[in-house]
Amino acid sequence: MKVKLIDIAHGRSGDKGDAANVGIIAYDDKGYDIIKKHLTKERVKKHFEGICFGEVERYELPNLRALNFVLNNTLGGGGTVSLKFDAQGKTLAAALLRMEFEIEE
Amino acid sequence: MKEKIRIASGQGFWGDLIDAPVAQVNAGQIDYLVMDYLAEVTMSILQKQKNKNPDHGYARDIPELMEKILPQCIEKDIKVITNGGGVNPVSCAKEIIKVAEKLNIKKLKIGVVLGDNIVDSIDNIIEQGCHLNNMETGEEIDLHKDKLLSANVYFGAFPIVEALKNGAQIVITGRTTDTGLTLAPMIYEFGWDKENYNLMSAGTVAGHILECGAQASGGNLMADWQGVENMAEIGFPIAEAYSNGEIIITKHESLGGKVSLETVSEQLLYEIGDPKNYITPDCVADFTSIKVQDLGNNRVKIFDIKGFPETEFYKVSCSYADGFTASGSLTYSWPQALTKAKAADKILRQRLKNLNLQFDEIRTEFIGYDATHGPLAVKLDENLINEVMMRIAVRSKDYKSVERFGRELAPLILTGPPSVTGFAGGRPKPSEVVAYWPALIPKNLVQPKVEYMELV
Repeated sequence: MKVKLIDIAHGRSGDKGDAANVGIIAYDDKGYDIIKKHLTKERVKKHFEGICFGEVERYELPNLRALNFVLNNTLGGGGTVSLKFDAQGKTLAAALLRMEFEIEE
Repeated sequence: MKEKIRIASGQGFWGDLIDAPVAQVNAGQIDYLVMDYLAEVTMSILQKQKNKNPDHGYARDIPELMEKILPQCIEKDIKVITNGGGVNPVSCAKEIIKVAEKLNIKKLKIGVVLGDNIVDSIDNIIEQGCHLNNMETGEEIDLHKDKLLSANVYFGAFPIVEALKNGAQIVITGRTTDTGLTLAPMIYEFGWDKENYNLMSAGTVAGHILECGAQASGGNLMADWQGVENMAEIGFPIAEAYSNGEIIITKHESLGGKVSLETVSEQLLYEIGDPKNYITPDCVADFTSIKVQDLGNNRVKIFDIKGFPETEFYKVSCSYADGFTASGSLTYSWPQALTKAKAADKILRQRLKNLNLQFDEIRTEFIGYDATHGPLAVKLDENLINEVMMRIAVRSKDYKSVERFGRELAPLILTGPPSVTGFAGGRPKPSEVVAYWPALIPKNLVQPKVEYMELV
């Protein structure tokens, strides 16, 4: 069965210097089980190919049914150094919610 | 001792809704109004303003705001805490005193937290063995010392607590953590022990929720944003804190917006790193311990928060001048909007190259196509694209190259691809790049100091 991440989760993103953080929150417990299993560090790194040029850190917050990703080397230097239109990575949570993946029924 | 206090967020950044604090004071009961004005870049901007005029260097919205709210704050005993003093909290306090005199207020005490600004004592600090190495790259600050624009230590809640204990109605600070502004009144009112790290963390988490204003009460919400009522009159969040460390996030009933599990959770995740190690000068909070319960009616309880002792360091935020940037844009319409925009970019780059200009980076993005999501953007049939904005930005150590770039953009209208518009506002002007330098400093090398200004 194909799952669209945007159907089971929401999120918010922002900047930490040249790194962006992307928090993804599942709407319910079942959704959290799915993101916990399928939203791996490797998958997120691959998703952001051409956007994130550094290491992806992944943290679990089961209390909020959430995962937090730190995408290093992503914002073109960050702050006023960055030439990016979205220099603060505000739209990257939405970019991650584009992800789709296969799960067992 | 009070059993509960209500702390209202009034600003999420300098430039936020000007009248939000006025609404917080007037639309319901609160005990404290806290306002965060300082982003990392803000301190360097304020330092530049102070260099030009020694009376400037703070958020100059504050005196104007005080004129609107000070009488009610005094009448209802609402205390105001803000880090909008920037690099000149003393001048900020003086201006507030002037406002109070103008309003015929007879009695007012302002606490001013000083000591965070170390830009003039960097040499001394280095001599004492603290090299202020960049936390991220490990480089020594000596490399950029001559170009330093600002250097400020992040103080926590305790200097504010001291000011409150000494009867301040208003507390103006320089660089204080956003979270410290909210934690301080809880420590003061409930007599919390500095070493009770669970309580320190509870107040810190509440501060994190409040620090971005309405981002916790329905603004910038991804979960059902269309379900947020009356966003035009959005109510900023309020932390209703209890002496046992339980906190209810809410808002004034009569204002718009929404406080729910979703609004609070999104804000909890905003700009955090390792959730088990949320480091502040007052404690290290564990965000994985936070329990969240939606009580309905725009009330969300956060409780059972765990934390650990603070570290031996303060964070220091330095900034230095590091060259120049400029950016500009042109808009191309159907047909072939994207092809035209890409061709224009290519022509412009060739011209910049022919001029032998020097750039560290040139970046072009196509707004309406892939500027926000880059390679993830859905590839569109060009016939379906009505228009594309070509945005091009450059960065260089060489001012002249950046300035010349600004002159090369508009000519594309008559010397490049057709059906182009949107060149208003003149040539892109070079602006200074402010590079940011985070470092650590042992706590014993800097001392916060609280001074008072009084009308009696």
